[in-house]
Amino acid sequence: MKILTCPINGPLPLQEFHYGGEVRVMPDPHTVSDSEWADYLFHRNGEPGIKREWWHHIASGTWFIAERNNVTDEILRTYLYDGTTAS
Amino acid sequence: MTRLQPHEHQWIDRSRPIEFRFEGQSYQGFAGDVVTSALWAGGVRMVGRSFKYHRPRGTYSLAGDDVNAMFEDGERTNLRGNTLQLSAGLDLRSVNTVGGLKRDLLRFTQLASSMMPVGFYYKAFHTPRSLFPFYEGQMRKVAGLGRINPNQMAQATPKDYAFHDLLVVGAGPSGLSAALAAADEGVGVVLVEQHPHLGGSLAWQRRNDPEAVASLNTLVKSVTAHANIEVRCATQVAGCYADHWYALVDEHRLTKLRTKSLIVATGCYEQPAVFQNNDLPGVMLASAAQRLSHLYAVQPFKKCVVLAGNRDAYRAALDLQQVGVEIAAIVDLRVDGETTALGAQAENAGMEIYRNHAVYEAIAGSGNTTVQGVKICPLGDHGQLDPHSAKRLDCDGVAVSVGWMPVAGPLYQAGGRFTYADHVHQLVPTELPPTLFAAGRVQGVFHLSDRFADGRRAGLTAAVELGCSDQVVRKPIVHAGASPSHPYPIFAHKKKKNFVEFDEDLHLIDFANAHQEGYDNVELLKRYTTVGMGPSQGKLANMNAVRILARLNGKSINETGTTTSRPFHHPVPLAHLAGRRFHPTRHTPMHSWHVKAGAKLVYAGPWLRPEYYPISGKTREELILEEAQHVRDCVGLIDLGTLGKIEISGPDSTAFIDRIYTDQFASQKAGTIRYALACDETGTIIDDGIVARLDENRFYVTATTGGAAAFFRELQRWALIWQMKVELVNLTGQFTAMNITGTKTHEVLTSLTDIDLSNEAFGFGNVREGLIAGVPAKLIRVGFVGELGYEIHLPAAYGLSLWTKLLEVGKLTGIRPFGIEAQRLLRLEKGHLIVSIDTDALTNPFEANLKWVVKSKKEFFVGQRSLAILRQKQLTRKLIGFELPSEYNGPLPEECHLIVEKGEIVGRVTSVAHRSTVGKTIGLAFVRLDMTDPGTSLTIRVDQGKLVPAIVTALPFYDPGNQRQK
Repeated sequence: MKILTCPINGPLPLQEFHYGGEVRVMPDPHTVSDSEWADYLFHRNGEPGIKREWWHHIASGTWFIAERNNVTDEILRTYLYDGTTAS
Repeated sequence: MTRLQPHEHQWIDRSRPIEFRFEGQSYQGFAGDVVTSALWAGGVRMVGRSFKYHRPRGTYSLAGDDVNAMFEDGERTNLRGNTLQLSAGLDLRSVNTVGGLKRDLLRFTQLASSMMPVGFYYKAFHTPRSLFPFYEGQMRKVAGLGRINPNQMAQATPKDYAFHDLLVVGAGPSGLSAALAAADEGVGVVLVEQHPHLGGSLAWQRRNDPEAVASLNTLVKSVTAHANIEVRCATQVAGCYADHWYALVDEHRLTKLRTKSLIVATGCYEQPAVFQNNDLPGVMLASAAQRLSHLYAVQPFKKCVVLAGNRDAYRAALDLQQVGVEIAAIVDLRVDGETTALGAQAENAGMEIYRNHAVYEAIAGSGNTTVQGVKICPLGDHGQLDPHSAKRLDCDGVAVSVGWMPVAGPLYQAGGRFTYADHVHQLVPTELPPTLFAAGRVQGVFHLSDRFADGRRAGLTAAVELGCSDQVVRKPIVHAGASPSHPYPIFAHKKKKNFVEFDEDLHLIDFANAHQEGYDNVELLKRYTTVGMGPSQGKLANMNAVRILARLNGKSINETGTTTSRPFHHPVPLAHLAGRRFHPTRHTPMHSWHVKAGAKLVYAGPWLRPEYYPISGKTREELILEEAQHVRDCVGLIDLGTLGKIEISGPDSTAFIDRIYTDQFASQKAGTIRYALACDETGTIIDDGIVARLDENRFYVTATTGGAAAFFRELQRWALIWQMKVELVNLTGQFTAMNITGTKTHEVLTSLTDIDLSNEAFGFGNVREGLIAGVPAKLIRVGFVGELGYEIHLPAAYGLSLWTKLLEVGKLTGIRPFGIEAQRLLRLEKGHLIVSIDTDALTNPFEANLKWVVKSKKEFFVGQRSLAILRQKQLTRKLIGFELPSEYNGPLPEECHLIVEKGEIVGRVTSVAHRSTVGKTIGLAFVRLDMTDPGTSLTIRVDQGKLVPAIVTALPFYDPGNQRQK
């Protein structure tokens, strides 16, 4: 089982975490076109490479971001939403 | 039963004889025997039959790498005889026979083998289609191995956890050296060996070499005494998983091991040669013959031919001669034979050596159960045989030692990659990720001194990488001298019983045929021929299969490619894998009362909730209706402890709530509540509840029982993304809730609280905080079931006492608890939908009649942009109420039954109540947009295709003016 490092709680087994999908920035809903909005909602980039992913440490309620190489399944780093790590 | 002379390193304990039964006969062996060794000692040559042709099969690897010996004992099935330790009372049968091993009625299958070419199953059994059920029935009888006992009680086996710095797999010379080198540097090592004793190949391969025996003894002594090494024998590393997580399997348990580093010193599987009748009982790997004699003191044959492709064959021949086996000849595939001292030693011992010769065929005794001799032929320039110059040699056994294949599974699974190296004619690891190391024969290092050194190198390297040592690390050792493996020990024969794959009965010609049919890629070939897909997972077949394919393609082995090796390494009993059925259940504080009251409990997500409260002599349906009717006529109490309860506070809390829910909350007055609907970004309904505004910046919101955890998680994420100053507290467990409702609610509640319950002071849609029966609580006046009623939210610790107090005080009034079925009925009568029952993963608020709660003009809310698009589009369906005609008297619709029109599906029932307090069968359904007007006739297709008439009815079914709740 993989180990994921929560920026607050340290390295823990994957079963303590909930996956929250790829980090995607919401386009401005007031200016974006319908098709661009649909693209944001429904299209996911399956391209191999380094992904930024949302992860949630269930027990402590910590949301953070992991950079993961989805070819090697290697987690390169994890950090809080503001880019910092608490530990 | 005859055994060889006792010897200090044998694995059997002659002081402990053990009786066991096999195929109805009694046999005797010793503690320390495996079943196959005891059977061979008892003169049994046929230990099983092959999967497809039911050919007699004998001992082949004696290491658990073949599956000739697969047994069942009535409780367990597919026990591997090569590794199953003898124990008293064992009563075994072979798995793959009809009518016993000797008489197996399916043994005649092999006569039809010419009609079963490769791909036979794929070609034969799909036409005509109408016959497939018949084919399937017949196939099921012969497919698979072993029988399971359906009456077997479920067995829970223990699960264990272990943590070490370093795992060393394999306790041969390199594994022992590696473990010791790392442990000496302070690394915490676990050394795992699949056999019951340490030593690896040294335990049986060098028994007549005093120097090797002495080295092994020293190593074993140091390792077992070392404080930093934990030794686990008779344990397989069944699988290697991410981040150094390993599944260790022994007879009793699964151990989940976590380490920081891995050294694989698993050694090699000895590989078969392919010649006619190479599967007869009596043909075995030379290593198996050495295991039999050295470990179990069993003489493998009387007189044997040794088929040689390397130096190890000569060592085996000398070993066998030493235990009294007459060596009929060494048949050496190599032009020059063995040029080292071992070759001379064999010659000096009087062995006849045929260089540049091959065994062309093993000659079968009656019933194909024994070997009577072999035919050998000289080899031509290109390794081809000339059968005309064949010579016959009499013998009762053939020991095959032509090459080795690395036990690569753990390396593959841990992320290693292999390439074929011509200097050893085997696959060797080339790319190993950091913290993964290989040592010894698995990486092509064969000389004994090299293996000790290579193990030390790997152990030290691991210690350095773990930060436990700063010693200088040497480079891996490269094998020098003749190759330990022959590049192509595979020989054609005009008849086809030269097996490449023993599990699946694949002959050499099958590969040529598959190749001719276009399966020229290793992965395609594997799936078409099924090579490597049997229970032994190609341990003895994959390498030869790749050699054959490479030759057929005219390419190198590296160009041809190899298949990978996935868990499990050896078969693992399902009991070891089965979980402990650990389903955490949540109880509300009132749970003990429900249990005492005899409530029928059901799961709602993880929660247990009363479905209804049984009374003897009354049916479930009667009671549900009665409980509901009691709420309408008098007063009822229901446990709502399972509701999601969330407190939202802070300076940005109003803005935050406005962004989460579709309605507008900025104008909400303190002390009031509002219905709240939440959508996701696509505009799909995900949750609903109420928002109670306690004061300017403090809100108390509820979420659905099933959706609360996920909804709270999303709240946390949005708060983070929007960087808002809000504090979110999930009070679901800390608080509990109940609802008291019905016309006579005030008769019960008034005396228990100082809160003014009058309509003027505390109207519908308000929330008050105060004491109820002395307990601090929030009182929320909600519609809920369409009667006068209050949700009471309070700290969980007080839940039970308030519940019992309300029932006690309300006794005279006639208060009665009701369950979730009555609640569903009452809410359905009011036309309320239940998120995730009446809505699905695509339902938007417009089609669920919730447009009134969507405030499009707000600055922003989650789902707003999508709803703006959806609003422009024509709806495709709408949620409506329906009822059955009062005179209808037939089968009743259920949830998910379809609404049909002229054979087309036009809708779906989402909720239904067969009996209701409004005296009809009523329900909710999604229907096509042109069918939503009240009075429209619908047709519901129920079970068995019966059609039921229904009429669209305006919602709600009960009290349309909402007078009763006000």
